[in-house]
Amino acid sequence: MDWGFIGATFLRLIAAVPLTLEVWLSSVILGAVVAAGVTWMRVSDSRPLKAVARAYVAVFRGTPLLIQLFIVYYGLASLPAVRHSLFWPFLRDAFDCAVLSLGLCTAGYQAEIFRGALIAVPHGQVEAARACGMSGLLLFRRIIFPIALRHGLPAYSTEMISMVKATALVSLITLWDVMSVALKIRNDTLVTYLPLVLAGAIYFVVNYAIGAAFLALERRLSPHLRARTS
Amino acid sequence: MPAETPALEVKDMRKRFGSLEVLKGISLTANDGDVISILGSSGSGKSTFLRCINLLETPDEGVVTVAGEVIRMRRRSDGRAEPADRRQIDRIRSELGMVFQSFNLWSHLTVLENLIEAPVHVQKRPRAECVEEAKALLAKVGIADKWNAYPAHLSGGQQQRAAIARALAMRPKVMLFDEPTSSLDPELVGEVLRVMRALAEEGRTMLVVTHEMGFARDVSTRVMFLHQGRVEAEGEPEALFSGATSERFRQFISKERG
Repeated sequence: MDWGFIGATFLRLIAAVPLTLEVWLSSVILGAVVAAGVTWMRVSDSRPLKAVARAYVAVFRGTPLLIQLFIVYYGLASLPAVRHSLFWPFLRDAFDCAVLSLGLCTAGYQAEIFRGALIAVPHGQVEAARACGMSGLLLFRRIIFPIALRHGLPAYSTEMISMVKATALVSLITLWDVMSVALKIRNDTLVTYLPLVLAGAIYFVVNYAIGAAFLALERRLSPHLRARTS
Repeated sequence: MPAETPALEVKDMRKRFGSLEVLKGISLTANDGDVISILGSSGSGKSTFLRCINLLETPDEGVVTVAGEVIRMRRRSDGRAEPADRRQIDRIRSELGMVFQSFNLWSHLTVLENLIEAPVHVQKRPRAECVEEAKALLAKVGIADKWNAYPAHLSGGQQQRAAIARALAMRPKVMLFDEPTSSLDPELVGEVLRVMRALAEEGRTMLVVTHEMGFARDVSTRVMFLHQGRVEAEGEPEALFSGATSERFRQFISKERG
């Protein structure tokens, strides 16, 4: 085994981790903000808003992320109107396109997680809060959100991990993330599997850490769901 | 001599769900220290009546007055009633302590946190003062040692006593109990009734929707019997339970005793 090659490959892959994480973090944050809006529309009393939110989720969950990414990066750029618009400096940049398209996609999934978490808040506990004089933002901030958060965390951590893996797609639009570095090494050296295995290991470690962090948060927030210790 | 301002007054309350008229004009006056038991078979409207008082349900007609303050209502364009001032509703609700059949303690908070939540965040009272008062209330309902437990780790009877303490922590003018013992195992009913009896004895104003005939007869100062959305019989427990006033009520209590 050529340890020197393994070491060099590993270092080159590690050097690409920051970009992968940057794409990931930016897009899940954008996704969370969009998802909050979509969820708000989805649980509102307005029929048109509900319909828009449902359509949003249906489209972004129902089509391949790769197609969404190509449409944002290549498709929009082919429209003259877009090239002459205010958004062009933003849409010509591969990183921004990646974040936009990953963010819009995860928003569809996150919105469904948020909705499920809200639905799971027991009606009686909300009513008890109302009976104590809480309403509006105070009721949301003190009662609904904390309870929904605890319901939503497990599904949310799964979505976060999915998104780390989804960032591998940005290697197809010229970004130097972990995946594209692995592909490049593969092309240059004709070593078929080693770069892929190392890249896979790196993704695994990142995802394991994210999963562990969410589990720790879950344990911290939900002592009431654990069995009594004393 | 001016008449005493009642703690709670309800005039001619009506409520319908679709085509079903659940409350057909119910009135009630509770003076300070009154303990009024509201009885009736299921579907008589007794819980709806209680929930309309603090507007967990919106009554279609009727006037609710709490310690002299009228809850202001208005008509929407479709003719249905709604509160005219949401802030007034929030304030009035914090003056009416509500105890639910299913406890409804906040599951993510400890017992003590449940008790200080509304006093600190709704009434904006100093936290230290609220904690001290909450601990005293927990001692009063007999679960002082459970202050740091989560609701899921308590028995039903303990949860309901914590819920009563939570309602008391807001220093309410009137306590509303919506079938507080109906979801408890029989052997746990006693501990909750004892707490309620103690509250009645210290002169709390209480409205109690219940199936506990013993409590209604022995503890309350007045009994109201609802039948199909109307007050079928009302009066002091002794007179009512002697069976002199209403044939329906007599049938009702013989059935409840089963």
